[in-house]
Amino acid sequence: MNELSFIADTMRQLLTGVPLTLELTLISVGVGGALAIILSVLRASFTPFAWFVRLYVFALRGTPLLLQMFLIYYGLGQFDAVQRSFLWPFLRQPYWCAILALSLNTAAYGSEIIRGGLQSVPAGSIESARVCGMSGLLLYRRVILPLALRQALPAYGSEVIAMVKSTSLASIVTLMEISGIAYAIISETYRALEVFLCAGLIYLAINFVLTRAVAGLEIWLSPHLRPATS
Amino acid sequence: MRTFFALVGFGPTGWGWQLLLATWMTLSVSAAAFAIGLVCGVAGAWAKLSHSPAARRAGDVYTTVLRGIPDLLVVYLFYFGGSQVLTSGARLFGQSGFFGFNSFMAGALAIGIVSGAYQTEAIRGAYYAIPRGEIEAARAVGMPGFLMLRRIIAPRVLRFALPAMGNVWQSALKDSALISVTGLAEILREIHIGAGSTSRPFDFYITGFILYLVLTTISGAGFRGAESWTLRSERRA
Repeated sequence: MNELSFIADTMRQLLTGVPLTLELTLISVGVGGALAIILSVLRASFTPFAWFVRLYVFALRGTPLLLQMFLIYYGLGQFDAVQRSFLWPFLRQPYWCAILALSLNTAAYGSEIIRGGLQSVPAGSIESARVCGMSGLLLYRRVILPLALRQALPAYGSEVIAMVKSTSLASIVTLMEISGIAYAIISETYRALEVFLCAGLIYLAINFVLTRAVAGLEIWLSPHLRPATS
Repeated sequence: MRTFFALVGFGPTGWGWQLLLATWMTLSVSAAAFAIGLVCGVAGAWAKLSHSPAARRAGDVYTTVLRGIPDLLVVYLFYFGGSQVLTSGARLFGQSGFFGFNSFMAGALAIGIVSGAYQTEAIRGAYYAIPRGEIEAARAVGMPGFLMLRRIIAPRVLRFALPAMGNVWQSALKDSALISVTGLAEILREIHIGAGSTSRPFDFYITGFILYLVLTTISGAGFRGAESWTLRSERRA
């Protein structure tokens, strides 16, 4: 097979993995992001939880994601209680294990990013909201979280890119997303360079679009920073 | 609990020595990767800060590509691609058959080149933090380029870049787990084998979890210590 048709064929096969990569990214960023908000709010507002959240972040950021995925996929089955529980139909599938590991992992990194955002909310905004009689959830929903999340957005964008790259680890627990297909083609043909170039190009394209999307979101959420128009 | 320690301890049926050796392997492959990353980072930062547009473009491509592609793919590239080059090189000399690339070398190179992209940004940021006056003063006393680099720029860059370099080291340490796919007997590979050959996979994985936590915690404390040591002469507010 000549070079060009091999590359075209490789590209065609790799592109079939794009939906799974995007799906893994979107679900784990969604679930992990929600978890990150909950964790960072808990850490900021309830002292007993602060220790738990710190321990969680320490453990998940101090170990490789691949190990966390293996621990969930291969490790949990050791316990009969897990095998008998209602979760077992999920936990024995690589798909759900990968999503669980990715979500828990990004929640740890994300909660640190959002914590920075929460710290940047001006005390005056919170005080004036309190003066208006807002408290608890309403205060978080209307004042603190919108300000904190907007502040955290640029750093969160890099976390989303990191997640796109991390989904490649799902191929090691047998999921056939882009990297899984790339590995299969490499081990069949031993043409690592060509396959790497094709797969790399796809990842770069995905990350380019995501970076632009986050930048656009940032501009849209910051009307106060736009130059005045006549 | 007793079975756990019999399994991962140093007893006759324990995996203790293998795990200790694997920890050493993880440390040495990460250190090799970090050193390669440091070289790549210096070269990358030099390219990005240079006056030549071609070098700046090359530096940009390096950091954009290596930070946008999964590390796993880079490991595959070096491991299988290295074998591809070796095998076709051997064919030139009349050898037939498959030649595998050393998995330690391939892994250290792959992780090193990825961490070099992050190192580039750390060093570039630190260079911008040097007060311009110091460089002007060095020029004013007539220091030539290399002497200025050695006496003024390098010590200042090292000081400012150290916190970011600590993060690069932590991610190199965690990324070294990916090298297990090439069969290198580092922590993840060894506990994966242990988990597969006994009926207690969780015990092995949780041991690996603790081993990595110990490594990241100790080296994190080491970097913090180094940071406060380099800042000992800074004025504190």
